[in-house]
Amino acid sequence: MSNSTASSKKSVLWDWLTTVDHKKIGIMYFFGGLFFFTIAGIEAMLMRIQLMFPEMGFLGEQTYNELLTMHGTTMLFLAAMPLFFGFMNFVMPLQIGARDVAFPFINSLGLWLFIFGGIILNISMLAGGAPDAGWTAYAPLSTTSPGNGVDFYVMGLQVAGAGTLMSAINFLVTIVNMRAPGMSMMRMPLFTWTTFVTSMLILFAFPALTIGLLLLMMDRVFGGAFFDTAMGGNVVIYQHIFWIFGHPEVYILILPAFGIFSEIISTFAKKRLFGYSAMVFATMIIGFLGFMVWAHHMFTVGMGPVANAIFAVATMAIAVPTGIKIFNWLLTLWGGRISFTVANLFALAFIPSFVLGGVTGVQLAMSAADYQFHDTYFVVAHFHYVIIGGSVFGIFAGTFYWWPKMFGYRLSESLGKWFFWLFLIGFHLTFFIQHFLGLIGMPRRVASYLDGQGFNEMNFISSMGAFLMAVAFILLVINVLISRKNTDNVQDPWDGRTLEWATTSPVQEYNFAQTPLIRDLDALWYEKMSGNGKMKAAEPLDEIHMPNGSILPIFIALGLSIAAFGVIYSAWFVIGAGLLLTFAMMFIRSIKEDHGYHIPVSEIKKDKGEG
Amino acid sequence: MSHVDPSAPLEGGPSKEEERKLKRESRSQLVSFMFMIFITTTAFLTVASDIVPTGFAIPFVLLLAGIQVVMQLYNFMHMNEGSRWINVMIWAGLFVAAMTVAALAVLIGIDKY
Ligand code: HEM
Ligand SMILES: [Cu+2]
Repeated sequence: MSNSTASSKKSVLWDWLTTVDHKKIGIMYFFGGLFFFTIAGIEAMLMRIQLMFPEMGFLGEQTYNELLTMHGTTMLFLAAMPLFFGFMNFVMPLQIGARDVAFPFINSLGLWLFIFGGIILNISMLAGGAPDAGWTAYAPLSTTSPGNGVDFYVMGLQVAGAGTLMSAINFLVTIVNMRAPGMSMMRMPLFTWTTFVTSMLILFAFPALTIGLLLLMMDRVFGGAFFDTAMGGNVVIYQHIFWIFGHPEVYILILPAFGIFSEIISTFAKKRLFGYSAMVFATMIIGFLGFMVWAHHMFTVGMGPVANAIFAVATMAIAVPTGIKIFNWLLTLWGGRISFTVANLFALAFIPSFVLGGVTGVQLAMSAADYQFHDTYFVVAHFHYVIIGGSVFGIFAGTFYWWPKMFGYRLSESLGKWFFWLFLIGFHLTFFIQHFLGLIGMPRRVASYLDGQGFNEMNFISSMGAFLMAVAFILLVINVLISRKNTDNVQDPWDGRTLEWATTSPVQEYNFAQTPLIRDLDALWYEKMSGNGKMKAAEPLDEIHMPNGSILPIFIALGLSIAAFGVIYSAWFVIGAGLLLTFAMMFIRSIKEDHGYHIPVSEIKKDKGEG
Repeated sequence: MSHVDPSAPLEGGPSKEEERKLKRESRSQLVSFMFMIFITTTAFLTVASDIVPTGFAIPFVLLLAGIQVVMQLYNFMHMNEGSRWINVMIWAGLFVAAMTVAALAVLIGIDKY
C-alpha cells in the first residue's frame, strides 16, 4: 500500500494521520466502516441469541434496547455510509480522471469527524449506558430517557453528520469541476453518477437531521420544550423532521450500491450498460421522489386519510424508476458473456433479493394495510432485505471488485465463493421467515416473547441464519488476511471498462501521470477496442502540483468532540475549551501559507519505468 | 494549469474588452442596488401606511422578498456565471424546502385531511 511520496522521510503513522490523499482517506473510511460493521454485527448476534428461545434471560430488557439502538445507528451511520464513502473517495476521482478531490483538506476533516463521531457514540457503552430510544430517537421517548445515553447519540451523530455533509459537498464540487477533458456528464460511469446524486441527497437531507438533533439537544440539555406537550410542544413534529431526513437517508444508502452493481454487471457481462441514459435519469428521479414520501413512515400517526393517500401514491411511484433500473440490469446481462466472479455473484444475487424488499416496500406503502404491518417483524424483514440485499451486497461486491486496485492484491475467489453462498443462505434464512413472524403478530423492538404464541420455531431458525452470516463474515476476514500473495494481475484483473483500471495498482499518488483524454463512455474500453488499449494524454508530461498533508483536521475534529462531551455532561468550561481548540486550529489553517509541493518530471518518469 | 501559483502577481492592465465588460458589470450592479433599495422602501411604506389593508400587505411584502432573494443570488452572488449545476441545486433545494414547509404547515394542525 505504500505509495511513493515526495518526502519519504515521514513515518508511516504520521503519513496516514496527516494525509489528504483521497485514496488513503478512502482506505481509512473503508476500514473505519468495517470496524464499526463488526461491532454492530456483534450487537446483532447478541440480540439474535436473546431472541433464540422464548423468555430468554440472556440480556436484560434495558440492555436489549441499548443494543438495538446502537446496532441500528452504528450500521447506518458508521458502517454502511462510511464503507460507501470509502469507495467513493477512492474510486470516483479515478473514474473522472482527476488528481484528487476538490478540497483535500476538507476531505480529511470529514474523515476525522466521522471517526470521532463514531467514538463518541460508542463511548456511551462505557460511560453508564448507551442510547436506548431506537435509531429513530422518537420524542418523547428520547427526550425523557434517563441518563446520558441519548445525549451521546445526539452529539455523536452531530459530529459525524458534519463530516458527512462536508464530504458530500466535496464530491459535488469535484464532479462538477474536475472531470478530465472529454468526460462530459453523460460519459461519467454510473458509480460516479450515483455518487453525485447521493451527495445531493446528503446535502438536502442532512440539515434536517442536524435540526432534529439540535432540537432534541435543546429539550434534553438546555431545558427546551419543543417536544414537551405539557408546555405546548408537539411530538409529531419530531417524527416529521426525522423522516424528512430519514427517508432520503435510505436512498443515500442504496444509490451508491446501484452504481456499484451497474459497473460490475456491465464489466462481467462484457457489455455496455443497457440504457445508460435511462439509468442516469432513473437515478435522478429516485433522488427527487425520495424527498416526497417521508410520511409513509407515519401512516399510523393519524395524519388523516387524504395525507395518507397522497404519500401512499407518491411512494408507489418510486417503484417505477427502480423497476427501470432492474430491467436495465437484466437487459445488460441478456446475451452477455457472463463470468461468475464473487463480485458478480453478489450483483446477481442482489437483483432477486432487492426485488423482494421492494415488493414488501410497496405492500407497506398501502397505507390501509400498513396499519397491520406497522411495528411488526414484517418491517424488520423489509428493511433488512433492502439494506442487506441492496447496500451490504453492494459493499461486498465492491470490495471484491476494487480490492486489487485499492490494496494491490486479489482476494481469493474460491474462499470468496464460500463466503458468498454462506452469507446469501444465512441472510435469507434470517430474514425471509421474519415476514411471517410479523404477519402473525410479533412486534418489533421487543426483548423477548412468550412461549405458546407460535413464535418459537421461526425465531430459532432466524437466529441460525444469523450465525451463518457471522461465519461467512469471518471467512471474509480470513480471505483478506491469507490472499496477500495474489499480487499478480492486479492492474486490470477484470478487463475493466472505466478509467480507474487505467491506473497502476496500487495507484500512484498523483493518479495519472498525464490527465487522460476521454473519447467515449466506458473510456478505457473504448481505447481497448478502438485505440491501443492505453488512455491518450490530454496534456504534456509536466511536473505535478500536490497538496501538503496536514495534522490540523484531527485537532479540529478533536476540539469539536471535546465540546460535544461538554454538552453531554453540561460542563460549560469544557464546551468553551473544545470550541477554542477548534477555532484556533481553523485560524492556523487560515493564516498559514501552504502552496503544496511539486513532483518533478524525473520522478514521474521513474515511476513509469522510463527513467 | 496544475502548476499555476494562485498567489502570483498579475501583470499588465486588463484588455479593452475586459474593461468594457467590467464597466457594464459595475453599471448593472449599481442599477440593481438602487432597485433593491426601492423595493425595500416600498415594503416599509406598505406596512407603515394605513391605506394598504393587511390582507394585501403580507403577501405583497413576501413577494418583494422573493424578488430580492432572486436578485441577490443572480446579481450580487453571481449565480448566473459558473456551472449550471449551481442553478439546478439551489432551485431543487428551494423546491424541497418549500414542499416540506408547506406539507408540515398542512399536516401538523388540528384539522386532519
Ligand atoms: C448481520 C446481520 C444482521 C442481523 C442478524 C440483524 C438483526 C437485527 C435485529 C434483531 C434488529 C432488531 C429488530 C427489532 O427488535 O425491532 C435489527 C434492527 C435494525 N437493523 Fe439489523 N441486523 C443485521 C444487519 C443489519 C445491517 C447491515 C443494517 C444496516 C446497514 C441493519 C440495520 C438495522 C436497523 C436500521 C434496525 C432498526 C433499529 C431500530 O429499530 O432502531 N441491520 N437488526
Ligand atoms: Cu421511507
